Amino acid sequence: MSRRALVNALLVLAVIALFAVPLLLDGGASEYAGTDAAVTEQLEADGYTPWFESIVDPAGEIESGLFALQAAVGGGVLGYVIGRLHGRRKHAPAEPERP
Amino acid sequence: MHIAEGFLPASHAVGWTVAAAPFVVHGARAVVTEVREHPESTLLLGAAGAFTFVLSAIKLPSVTGSSSHPTGTGVGAILFRPPVMALLGTVVLLFQALLLAHGGLTTLGANAFAFAVVGPWAGYGAYRLTRAAGAGLLPAVFAGVALADLATYVTTSVQLALAFPDASTGFAGALAKFLGVFALTQIPLAIGEGLLGVLLFRVLTTNARPELERLGVLKPAGNAA
Repeated sequence: MSRRALVNALLVLAVIALFAVPLLLDGGASEYAGTDAAVTEQLEADGYTPWFESIVDPAGEIESGLFALQAAVGGGVLGYVIGRLHGRRKHAPAEPERP
Repeated sequence: MHIAEGFLPASHAVGWTVAAAPFVVHGARAVVTEVREHPESTLLLGAAGAFTFVLSAIKLPSVTGSSSHPTGTGVGAILFRPPVMALLGTVVLLFQALLLAHGGLTTLGANAFAFAVVGPWAGYGAYRLTRAAGAGLLPAVFAGVALADLATYVTTSVQLALAFPDASTGFAGALAKFLGVFALTQIPLAIGEGLLGVLLFRVLTTNARPELERLGVLKPAGNAA
């Protein structure tokens, strides 16, 4: 494994650890409610009534599916771009390699 | 950072929309100009949009016991300067407001101002300052991407505190309250996003060197900047 690939792998591991470690240490004590929803609930508890409703309000399962779709589209496009750039470099005619 | 539909008083909703609109229009022009003058940028523009699309869809746990999502706007701001992200970020917010009931149309202006204007500009500023201070590309990318994330949530807290000042402690008290919810939770997420930004730029410096040189991110024919 090249040094470059090793550092990249370590970066991925660091990101995973950054989110996995709090989850593991917590031991299921927190509910991990979203901060957006927490603020909304607090404002409603203080007596605020929203004056406009969402036009489309998908049910929970559908909503999580749509979020997954959003992530999938983003991940797909990102992968496509990196793949194309990578392929271009691999097949580039005698472009000077990085030292 | 999404202020939910109908949760800003009408005057604030209109005010933030008016404030964000010129940035978004200017951003749309910046995207059109970039694609017309540099068609070879389209791939990287797609990558910048895709990065914010995927990151803003993923809710991550934080040490505070809450969850939140990163923004992903810093990468595009560093690559193409912030105006481009004013458009791309607003497109993401519109998608979420229309299809996911996340954010809203009445709060689109405020959310766009935080997510697509302040975040990218703050991140770009941090990136430029870090580089001007003599740091290399990757530390500056980390600072820029992380700060774009954090600044977005700070802006949302300010917007909410302006709309809902505390009965006794006023704006400052409300700001402290909203920052306590948003900014604290966001710190580990901003760090994680910064690391992902570094990872992406490491991949790009290997595979997209000509584009990065043209965009001024890397010095032409230099070693790793």
